[in-house]
Amino acid sequence: MKRPNDVILRTVTKVAAVIILTFSIHLFISGHHFPGGGFIGGLTFTAAITLLFLVYGIDTIRKNVSADFKAVAAIGVLISALTGVGGMMAGKPFLYQSSGSVNLPFLGDTILATAVLFDVGVALAVIGTALTIITSIGDDR
Amino acid sequence: MSIMVGILFAIGTYLILSKTLLRIILGTSIIGHGVNLLILTMGGLKKGVPPILGLNEQYFTDPLPQALILTAIVINFATTALFLVLSYRAYSVVGSDDIEQLRGFDDE
Amino acid sequence: MMNNLIIGPIIIPVIIGLVLVVFKNNLGLHRYLSLFATVLIGLLAVLLLKQISTGGIQVLYLGGWEAPFGITLAADTFAVLLVLTTAIVTFCCLWYAFSSIGAEREQHYFYPLCLFLIAGVNGSFLTGDIFNLFVCFEVMLVASYVLISLGGTRMQLIESIKYVLINMISSFLFLVAVAYLYAITGTLNLAHLSIRVAQSGQDGLLTVVSLLFLIVFSLKAALFLFYWLPGSYSAPPTAIAAIFAALLTKVGVYAMVRLFSLVFYHDPGTTHLFIGALAAASMVLGALGAVAYDDIKKIITYNVVISIGFVLAGFASFSLVGIRGMVYYLLHDMIVKALLFLSAGTVIHLTGTAKIRKVSGLIRLHPQLGWMFFIAALSVSGIPPLSGFIGKVFVTAGVFHSAYYWLGGIGLFTSLMVLYSVMKIFMNVFWGHTNLTAETEKGTTQGLLPPIVALTALTIALGLGAEGIHSFVDLAVDGLLNPNLYIDAVLAQNVK
Repeated sequence: MKRPNDVILRTVTKVAAVIILTFSIHLFISGHHFPGGGFIGGLTFTAAITLLFLVYGIDTIRKNVSADFKAVAAIGVLISALTGVGGMMAGKPFLYQSSGSVNLPFLGDTILATAVLFDVGVALAVIGTALTIITSIGDDR
Repeated sequence: MSIMVGILFAIGTYLILSKTLLRIILGTSIIGHGVNLLILTMGGLKKGVPPILGLNEQYFTDPLPQALILTAIVINFATTALFLVLSYRAYSVVGSDDIEQLRGFDDE
Repeated sequence: MMNNLIIGPIIIPVIIGLVLVVFKNNLGLHRYLSLFATVLIGLLAVLLLKQISTGGIQVLYLGGWEAPFGITLAADTFAVLLVLTTAIVTFCCLWYAFSSIGAEREQHYFYPLCLFLIAGVNGSFLTGDIFNLFVCFEVMLVASYVLISLGGTRMQLIESIKYVLINMISSFLFLVAVAYLYAITGTLNLAHLSIRVAQSGQDGLLTVVSLLFLIVFSLKAALFLFYWLPGSYSAPPTAIAAIFAALLTKVGVYAMVRLFSLVFYHDPGTTHLFIGALAAASMVLGALGAVAYDDIKKIITYNVVISIGFVLAGFASFSLVGIRGMVYYLLHDMIVKALLFLSAGTVIHLTGTAKIRKVSGLIRLHPQLGWMFFIAALSVSGIPPLSGFIGKVFVTAGVFHSAYYWLGGIGLFTSLMVLYSVMKIFMNVFWGHTNLTAETEKGTTQGLLPPIVALTALTIALGLGAEGIHSFVDLAVDGLLNPNLYIDAVLAQNVK
C-alpha cells in the first residue's frame, strides 16, 4: 500500500502530542477548584496517545509503551476504591474525603486533599479503558 | 427541547429497526443522547449560578441532572464501545453485518 | 444505624477482581481468591443479618453526605438474605467452573468478570437510591455482556448481540423513567420518593411512570417480556448460564418488589393487578415453551420464566402470606435454578448433545448425578419436603387470600407443567435403555459433582429446616409491608 504523504501531520504531532499531554495534566490538577478533573484529564491524555497511534502506527507505540492497558485501568479503579476504604479505616463512612494544608518544599503552603488520590485513580482508569478499547479494535486488520 | 428529544428518539428508533448492525449501534447512541437531553429537560431549565457554597447568589442551578447525565454518558460510552467490539467480532465470525444473516442455529 | 459493613458485599468483589486483573497470569490465584471473595461476602451477609435483627435496618451514607442528598446504601433483611444467597450460589458456580470452563476463558478474565457481576448484583440489592440502582444494573449488565460473549463461538456472538441490544434499550427506558420521576417528585432517594409519593397520593401520572418502571424491570426480570431469554441463556457455557439464571433475573424481580412495595404501593388495584396479569401470562407462555421443546437447555430456560412468573404472582397478591411465600420462593429459586442448570449442564457435557431423545439410560453410568437431578426436578416443581414446597404453599394461599383465584389456578396448573417438563428430561435422559458406554462419553464428571452435591444438600436443608430461617423471612416480609420502617431508618433525623 502506498503510504500517503503525511509530513505535516508527523511534524505537527511531535509538537502537539507534548502540548496535549501537558494540557491534560493541567486539566487534571485544576480539577479541584475549577473545571477539569480526572475524567477529562484522562480523556485528553488518551487523545494524545491516540494521535500518536494514528500517525506512527500502533506497533511503534506498543514498543515504546510497554504497559498493559487493562492493568492500568485495574490499578486506577483499585486506587479509587482503596481511597474509599481508607476513609472507612479512620472510622468515617465509605468514600469520606478529607483535606488539609501541608507545607511542601518549593510549592509553599499547599492544600492537599485525599480526593486527589481518588482522581488519580479515575484518570488511570479512563486512560486504561479507552486505550484498551482503541487498541483492541484497531489492532487487527 | 422536548421536540428535539422526540426527534432524536424517532431517528434512533428508525435506525434500530434497520437491518445493518452499524446502523443499530448508531441508533442506540442517538437514543442515548435523546435520553440525556430528556433528563436535562426534566430536571428543569433555569438560570442560576453553579451550586458552590460561598457564592452569595439567590438562584442556584440544580446539579443533580448534570451529575446523572455525566454518569449516563460514561455508562453509555462503555456499553457502546463494548457493543462495537462485539459486533466487529460477530462481523468477522459471521462475515456479514446484516442481521438477517445473524440468525440460524444448527438445530433450526 | 450507620454501618460501614454494607459496602463490603460491593467493594470486596471489585477490589479482588481488580487485583486478579493485575495478576492475570496466575490462574490458581484467580480460582482461590475468587472463592475467598464469595466466602467473605457470605460471612459479611450473615453478620449483617445478625445486626439487622437486633439493631434494625442498617444504613450507610457514602462520603458522609446524608440522605436524601448523597448516595445511600440501605440493608434490610430482604436485601441481605438475597446477598447471602447470591454468595452461596456464586460459590457453587465458580467451584463448578474450575473444571468445566476451560483455560482459555479463565485466561480472559472469567473470574474477575464474575466478581464484577456479583458487585453489580449486590449493589442493586443494597442501594437506597434509584439512580444508583441504574448504575449497579449497568455494572452487572456490562459484566454479563462480556461473560455471555466470552469465548466467541458463533452462537454466543449472535445471541449476545440480541442480549446487548435489548438491555441497552431497556436501560434507556430506565433512564427515561428516572427522568420523569425526578421531574415529578424532585428526588431520587427511595425513602424520600416514598414520602413524596405518599404526600401527593400517587395520581394517574405517577401510576403511568410506575408502569414504565414495570416495563423496564419486566424486560430485565424476564416477566412476560422474556423473548430474549431462552436464546441468551442457552448460548454461554454452563457455569455462566447458571449464574445468569440464578441471579440476573432475580435482580429485576428485586427491583420491582422494592419499588412497588416502597414507593408505588398506593394503587395496587392498577399496578399490582398488572403485575399479576403479566405473571400469569409469563407462567402460561413459559409452561408452553417448557413442554414444547425437547432440548434440555431450552426446557430449563423456560422454567426460569415460569418461576419468575410465580414469584411475582406472590408479590401481586400483596398480602402477608403471599409476600412471605414470595421471599421463600425467591430464595429457593435462586438455589435450585443454579442446581438445575449445573446438573443439566453436566448431562450435556457428558453426552455432547442437548437433545433429550438422543440420550437414555444415563442413570446406570452416573447414579449420583441422576438422583440429584431427580431431587432438583422435584424441588423445582414444589414437592414436599424440598425447599420449593413451602414457598409454593404460601404463595398460593396468599393469592387465594387476595381473591385472585385465576392467578392461583394458573400457578398450580403451571406447577404441574413444570413437573412434566423436568420429568420429561429425567425419564428420557436417565431411564430407559443405556445407549452410552463409559468410553463413548464426551467428558467426565470429575470435579463437577461436589458443587452439585452442595446445592442439592442446600435445597433439602432449606426444605426441612425452613423453620430455621423463618424469623429472618418474617423480618423481611415485615420490612416490605411497612415502608415506614425503611423510611425511618434512612431519613433518620432529616426531612420528614
